[in-house]
Amino acid sequence: MEDVIIGLEIHVQLNRLQSKMFCGCSTAYHNSPPNSHTCPVCLGLPGSLPVINRKAVEYGIKVGLALNCRIEEETLFYRKNYYYPDLPKGFQISQYDFPLATQGQIMILGDDGIERDIRINRAHMEEDPGRLVHAGTIDRAKYTMVDYNRCGMALLEIVTEPDLRSPKEARAFLDKLKSILEYLDVFDGSLEGAMRVDANISLKGGDRTEVKNISGFKGVEKALSYEITRQRNLKRRNIKVVQETRHFDEVRNITVSIRSKVEAHDYRYFPECDLAVMRIAPWVPAIREALPELPDAKRQRFVSQYGLTDDHAKSLTSEIKVANFYEFVAGQASPKLAAVWIADVLKGELNYRDRGIDAFRAEHMVEIVDLLEKGRITEDGAVAIIRELLDKGGSPQEIVKSKGLGKAEDETVRKAVKEAVAESAAAVADYKAGSERALNYIVGQVMKKTRGKADAGEVHRLVKEEVDRA
Amino acid sequence: MITREDVEHISWLASIKIEEQEKDEFVEQFNSILDYFHQLDEVDTENVEPTYRVVDLENVFRDDVACKSLSQEESLRNAPRREEGYFKSPRIV
Repeated sequence: MEDVIIGLEIHVQLNRLQSKMFCGCSTAYHNSPPNSHTCPVCLGLPGSLPVINRKAVEYGIKVGLALNCRIEEETLFYRKNYYYPDLPKGFQISQYDFPLATQGQIMILGDDGIERDIRINRAHMEEDPGRLVHAGTIDRAKYTMVDYNRCGMALLEIVTEPDLRSPKEARAFLDKLKSILEYLDVFDGSLEGAMRVDANISLKGGDRTEVKNISGFKGVEKALSYEITRQRNLKRRNIKVVQETRHFDEVRNITVSIRSKVEAHDYRYFPECDLAVMRIAPWVPAIREALPELPDAKRQRFVSQYGLTDDHAKSLTSEIKVANFYEFVAGQASPKLAAVWIADVLKGELNYRDRGIDAFRAEHMVEIVDLLEKGRITEDGAVAIIRELLDKGGSPQEIVKSKGLGKAEDETVRKAVKEAVAESAAAVADYKAGSERALNYIVGQVMKKTRGKADAGEVHRLVKEEVDRA
Repeated sequence: MITREDVEHISWLASIKIEEQEKDEFVEQFNSILDYFHQLDEVDTENVEPTYRVVDLENVFRDDVACKSLSQEESLRNAPRREEGYFKSPRIV
């Protein structure tokens, strides 16, 4: 999609904080009744005064550094003025010039299969507005209901340059960003509304539209694909794309124009006089020092330390929890075998069930890899154990016993080999006459006697030994 | 110069409805306020650093500690209209 130009504005809730950006209200409002996590500050009551959450700024710097940004020496808050019921004060405390972080980049895998940098224009801090519940769809609602529990949550707005070329690349960028944020432990993407995306999109030479407030990564791909098709159809019919803001309707899977006069973007920014300027340059070295290993670095280390393929290393490092799970297993069992079984089997089984890595115990994976390595279970047996653990629970040892998944014991196999050779005089004769393939018949007989629990390769070796000796 | 259109725009931005006859009154008042501030233009600021803030404070923070919020009832106490624990507002687009 050479002619597609996409830039993203991503609103990330720093929801690993205990309290909101400017007041002490708890961030744990999910599953709570509406308007039960508010105070005079986040309700914008007269006379209340905001105070900046130090840790929120530290988290912001952490993210800025991880996105390879420049951190401003001095940064400050502004009032962004607009009347909308999601903000009770009539303005949003945000940043304007001197945002926290500028000029960064992160690497994604492009549609052409080549990794490249996507530039970050800036990352700035602001407060989250409240949540609006429309009676019906946004363009037809009779009235709006407002819940201010979310209002005042610390938000980081990350703005990219228009460097993305398709909905798929936008998705790849968001996946990478989410991965980095979770590595930094500033963000929990599993919480509702944790990451919301506005997308600017245009076709080369045309005006751009802004699609607002898309939640969910699948939503981003759908909204962008719809918008590209819409713009292409207009272009085909020689109709000019109007520069406007559109809203993504998740139910109908379309974007609709929201003709709001705030289009004029007359926000009348001015410095927030209730908050002191932040001189944060002295904080930066210590925060940089304490940054954890990030996805790209971990991926490279997995390749060099454990001898993994790049694909396996990538699959195992995209989620910090999976990476930690893998390292636990690799510390106690074969790292290469563990990589194959976690990346290729376990992740698939988890995906299929729509569950996360938390649903599986790392100790169990150690046991399974160990049993595989010692040849005590077959590959099919290992898959069966993983499924049983996910669906019913238990322990690998118990499942091996109760389902009879253990490979036949050596003695049983040897006995079966002796019997099968004794009973297959014709095949033995064929083999002695020079037909290697005649052994396969005898191997088949052994597998039948051991009900498939023996390892076929091992049986073949034992049969050949027995026949050669006879 | 503030015009009638400016006054209408400002009234829209502030979501405050003003009557026709008030508009001329506001045009006059806004202009007189602006004129008053224009006196500042007469000051020579050639070699003066710009002032971004008048308070000399910097780095005022609080610790990330959660404390008790208002109850839902308290939070809705001043709401003119409410429904099922929500503030109720007119439709917005």
